[in-house]
Amino acid sequence: MVELTLPKNSKVTQGKVWPRHKGAKREREFRIYRWNPDDGKNPRVDIYYVDLDESGPMLLDALIWIKSYIDPTLTFRRSCREGVCGSCAMNIDGVNTLACTRTMDEVKSEAVRIYPLPHMPVVKDLIPDLTNFYAQYASIEPWLKTKTPVPQKEWKQSHQDREKLDGLYECILCACCSTSCPSYWWNSDRYLGPAALLQAQRWIVDSRDEGTGERLDNLEDPFRLYRCHTIMNCTKACPKGLNPAKAIAEIKKKMVERQV
Amino acid sequence: MSGKDVYRTPLSRVRNLGSAHSGTMHFWRQRLTSVALIPLSIAFVFIAIAMLGRNHAAALQILGSPLIAITMLLFIGTTVYHMWLGMQVVIEDYVHDELPKILLLMGNTFFCITVALACVYAILQISFGV
Repeated sequence: MVELTLPKNSKVTQGKVWPRHKGAKREREFRIYRWNPDDGKNPRVDIYYVDLDESGPMLLDALIWIKSYIDPTLTFRRSCREGVCGSCAMNIDGVNTLACTRTMDEVKSEAVRIYPLPHMPVVKDLIPDLTNFYAQYASIEPWLKTKTPVPQKEWKQSHQDREKLDGLYECILCACCSTSCPSYWWNSDRYLGPAALLQAQRWIVDSRDEGTGERLDNLEDPFRLYRCHTIMNCTKACPKGLNPAKAIAEIKKKMVERQV
Repeated sequence: MSGKDVYRTPLSRVRNLGSAHSGTMHFWRQRLTSVALIPLSIAFVFIAIAMLGRNHAAALQILGSPLIAITMLLFIGTTVYHMWLGMQVVIEDYVHDELPKILLLMGNTFFCITVALACVYAILQISFGV
């Protein structure tokens, strides 16, 4: 059955309150999910106080500040710090987003609550295990498939056809959308989720691709595609402003188009 | 992940048994019945209102007239089919253990067919005055 409560060993307990930074004048409280696979304990929520005069303005800056000056064991992924790599996706103030592109000011509640992406196995602290998510991406075969012999120069595409990829190619696979989707929470073993389906649509609409029919065949499944019930959390969550719900609707339209 | 799955690659688990190559008709028919139910539900409400406060014989007379009876049959058929499709999706969404899932899906089918046939029988009986 669907899991409505957390398993016993995942119940979150109260954690440690870390000491404040000496001489801090302006502070912000951070409540951060911690879990260490090595100590055998349940996850906990630790409280930190970030010195706003010392830290940068973004939420990722605050996390890096905590790691540098308060607690070096705090574990999270980060790389580009400008919303291109998708590494620092996490649940901040109840919303899946990138820590690097969101400012602390945007969080309205007094304390900033940070958890890993929902309903994913946790590797440590804020790091989710995205193995299944990446395998789902691989399963849509995200590369150009052609039967025509490769041309001497490049595969050509009109400006109009190229424009059809806008709003799709920008996806950075941060997993904010898929992990915000209830259907994905309940059925991520069989439902591909909004991110993989948006990527699938990116190749389905590519005018240079000759594998459209096979791609649709591969997706035509009560679970792989049709677990999407147009809840639209994906579109609301996407930190890049993309619309996975629309991409999925376009795939469904194509499915109907070739049958009805 | 069960013990025997430990050595399967993530991609093998995702690809699993492959695509079922179905689901589009289910999706299409859900939409089709939704659209059909807009006028049919309105018609049903009007029929129900028309029968308010009437005695048994008058109600039978309204339900027995061919146009009303056919509208009611369409309404029942479409509603139950829509209900069957919708409930199937709910069960598939939330029940993951194979045995309970299969039993519930079977129960859903039996229940919907029984409800539909009982309603159709009642309307026909009224309509033909048997």
